[in-house]
Amino acid sequence: MSAVSTAASESMPSAETAQQKPVLEVRDLSVVYDGETKAVDHVDIALAPGETLGLAGESGSGKSTLALGLCRLLRPPAVITSGSVIYRGSRVAPGGVDLLDLRSRELRKLRWREISIVFQSAMNALNPVLRIRDQLGDVLDAHLRLSRKEKRDRLDTLLDLVGIPRERLRSYPHELSGGMRQRVMIAMALAVDPEVVIMDEPTTALDVVVQREILAQIVELQDRLHFAVLFITHDLSLLLEIADRIAVMYAGKLVEVGSAEQIHNRPAHPYTQGLLGSFPSVHGARRELAGIPGTPPDLRSLPAGCPFVPRCNHATDKCRDIDMSMNPVTGSSDPRHLSACPFVTFDLAKANTPKVRAAASQGTS
Amino acid sequence: MSEQLAPAVVIPAAAARGRLVLEARSLGKDFKLSHGWHQDVLSAVRGVSFGLHQSAVVALVGESGSGKSTVARMLAGQEKPTAGEIALDGEIVQPWTHRQFRPYKSNVQMVFQDPFASLNAVHKVRYTLARPVRLHQHLRDRKAVEAELVRLVERVRLTPAEQFLARYPHELSGGQRQRVAIARALAAQPRVLLADEPVSMLDVSIRLEVLDLLDELRTQFQLAILYVTHDIASARYFADDTLVMYAGEIVERGPSEDVTQQPAHPYTQLLVASAPDPENLAEKIRPAVSGEVRRAGSALSTTSGCRFAPRCPLAEDRCRAQAPPLLAVSAQRAAACWRLDVAAPDLLHQTQGEKEEAIKT
Repeated sequence: MSAVSTAASESMPSAETAQQKPVLEVRDLSVVYDGETKAVDHVDIALAPGETLGLAGESGSGKSTLALGLCRLLRPPAVITSGSVIYRGSRVAPGGVDLLDLRSRELRKLRWREISIVFQSAMNALNPVLRIRDQLGDVLDAHLRLSRKEKRDRLDTLLDLVGIPRERLRSYPHELSGGMRQRVMIAMALAVDPEVVIMDEPTTALDVVVQREILAQIVELQDRLHFAVLFITHDLSLLLEIADRIAVMYAGKLVEVGSAEQIHNRPAHPYTQGLLGSFPSVHGARRELAGIPGTPPDLRSLPAGCPFVPRCNHATDKCRDIDMSMNPVTGSSDPRHLSACPFVTFDLAKANTPKVRAAASQGTS
Repeated sequence: MSEQLAPAVVIPAAAARGRLVLEARSLGKDFKLSHGWHQDVLSAVRGVSFGLHQSAVVALVGESGSGKSTVARMLAGQEKPTAGEIALDGEIVQPWTHRQFRPYKSNVQMVFQDPFASLNAVHKVRYTLARPVRLHQHLRDRKAVEAELVRLVERVRLTPAEQFLARYPHELSGGQRQRVAIARALAAQPRVLLADEPVSMLDVSIRLEVLDLLDELRTQFQLAILYVTHDIASARYFADDTLVMYAGEIVERGPSEDVTQQPAHPYTQLLVASAPDPENLAEKIRPAVSGEVRRAGSALSTTSGCRFAPRCPLAEDRCRAQAPPLLAVSAQRAAACWRLDVAAPDLLHQTQGEKEEAIKT
């Protein structure tokens, strides 16, 4: 098989995820813009080896800031004000290092080699004046010492991996379709065999059919190479399908974490429940779409306590006093199903389903 | 089997809602591409016909590059068709001509995808709305204009109106901006609203409210709405009829629920199968069935045969040689495919059964 995959299978244990120490652990991370806007507010997440963790949230929820923050890619005025990001790579730091403590030279060695990112818009992430070969080659040169021939083989392997014809190495980005460019980005992220790949809305700009193909490819590559994925998107329906576990963010805070199955069937936080009732599905029977009233919050002036209060159907005065700490959901058998809302649980929600507005149209059926 | 299908004369479900207002008749748009000496013609839109009815929503669904926005732009009078004609209330119009443009725009208004780009950043909401009110409603009196502005802003549920009128676009959220864009379209008191991906730039939790608002306006003003989208799931919930476009042509049309639940054309089937399906968690995404590299459909005018054939699992020689016309699948549905007997055998049997019953009775 390919050079990439053999290297990976030697260095990585099997994809058994549940009981292992997380490969990436974010503890109590906070990011502040301009000294007052809390874009990420005391967030804890953990990514197990080989796992796909989905991070869902609307624009402004802090999901992208979180991703950039844990790689220390944020620029001023964003400042990390608290927390740690522990990385436990089997190659470099089995005992764990705090990425936030590293000096920039040490960090540079870890970036891409250990943790790589597929950025949101592949259209802009590639350099328009360099051929694909040169851009992919740069990554290899920066992290590996390869002979010319090895490098050439590796480039060919990488393109094979993502299903792009090898002759495309000579192309410039503008000569590729959006889907192909996104595949090049994925190839680039996997070029030096990282253990963690962060994907920030990797398919948002693509058509559903292409999106489907690329997701299938990511799943397949993950099966072969066993990297862990932090998959960030606003599209919860997508996450339900590809993620093992899902973390939902709202206004810079985590509101719920659980397995895809729990989030779908037993959502515990009112915001998650609202999100699930917001998107129409082409499959299955027509259901009533409830939606979420109101507008996303302004991070500069958040209410005390739960930031979802203004849009929540279950809100009471008590909600303004809670500290948004994540606790196991009442009545859930799984202690890893966490919610920031101490009042509403799945059962309560079911008994008192929020009906915000009627579905958009009666349709013709 | 497929020979028995007659070329399509379908009755859209939208027709049940109201009178025909705007009609596209075999609309086509060619773009000339030059590569040095060599010149190609790209037919971005070819032979697109449909009608927009009072109080009804028609969805135009397709991937980027399928020509759906070009159709909307032609209907909006921003692009001159290279073939076919546009009819408003049964009369042929040429909205791209200087003389007819403004009266046409009094009837047909457009809402764009990106509310961040479609509102002028240096003007307040009041200015953005006051211009169409003066131009199209011919109001001169300042008080009357002001009253109309307040009414418009409240109509799109932006309250308190006075506050919103005094704001600049950058002071508004994406959802609020799109509401202003809708209010601007309403300011002309149109009968047709062309909405080009009106919610795809908005957050998931707000999309529903904006679609809901459009639906309300549809009923209240008996608006005929063209809903251009790449999201076939939203078409299912929002539109009476759904037209699926591929490489510039309509490949399938019919009532939204039928088209999405029992797609006939292989492309629609692919589209529906590609949509995320959270109800079916057990069946996680699997690698594509075939390892072959998929080629995008070519819209060059020299391409012969069905434009979907290069990607179609059912394609045979006939598909590559001869382009299929829209063939009637039922009274309300049609699909452009030679292989419907294989692609959607159940549908054809149903139709066959209905016909036989009709003959008996």
